[in-house]
Amino acid sequence: MPEELSPGCARPTGDPVGEIAAHQTAFEQERKEESPVILIGKKAPDFTAPGYHNGKFINVKLSEYLGKWVLLCFYPGDFTFV
Amino acid sequence: MFQGLGVEVLSMSVDSMFVHKMWNDEELSKMVKGGVPFPMLSDAGGRVGKVYGIYDEDLGVETRGRFLIDPDGVIQGYEVLTPPVGRHVAETIRQIQAFQLVRESKGAQATPSGWHPGRPTLKPGPDLVGKVWKEWKTEMAFD
Repeated sequence: MPEELSPGCARPTGDPVGEIAAHQTAFEQERKEESPVILIGKKAPDFTAPGYHNGKFINVKLSEYLGKWVLLCFYPGDFTFV
Repeated sequence: MFQGLGVEVLSMSVDSMFVHKMWNDEELSKMVKGGVPFPMLSDAGGRVGKVYGIYDEDLGVETRGRFLIDPDGVIQGYEVLTPPVGRHVAETIRQIQAFQLVRESKGAQATPSGWHPGRPTLKPGPDLVGKVWKEWKTEMAFD
């Protein structure tokens, strides 16, 4: 499902996509504080993000997982202790 | 564990995918045979984390946010912890089992406090109003 990425010298990163992204960009343009838009019982904000899986660099889009249960876990950092 | 439940796991931090590779190859593959079985995603700018409300501006990292998303893309549950305290994975699995049961019953069943697989569920409806005390005991919340 996720497409394979061919890494260059840049460090690719994740980005919200769709309405949320437009919403966030509008916020940035207005130089306002970005506010979280997640709400329980509402749609999870879509995003794309590069990643590493099974020896390959890939690009993942959350909305490609529609039809499946997804557990999305954030954590502070690689090589940290907990 | 999660594959058995039909759940796709995605992890995300502000580390680059190159660092993810090194962490998997050098350390995590020594803890988990075959290495990390799910995609390790990079949100180096913290932009996704900000939308999810778990990016800590002061620390410049993402806190321990855990989001359970159903097949319709709807967030059914989340938990956020500050960095020094780790998650309890068994509780996440229990919640997934509960949400899957509720979804499969199309809302006909609900799981009371303390529920885990094998325990009785509640069937919300006119007959249950004022009668939960017959179906569920306080002790059931604690074990």
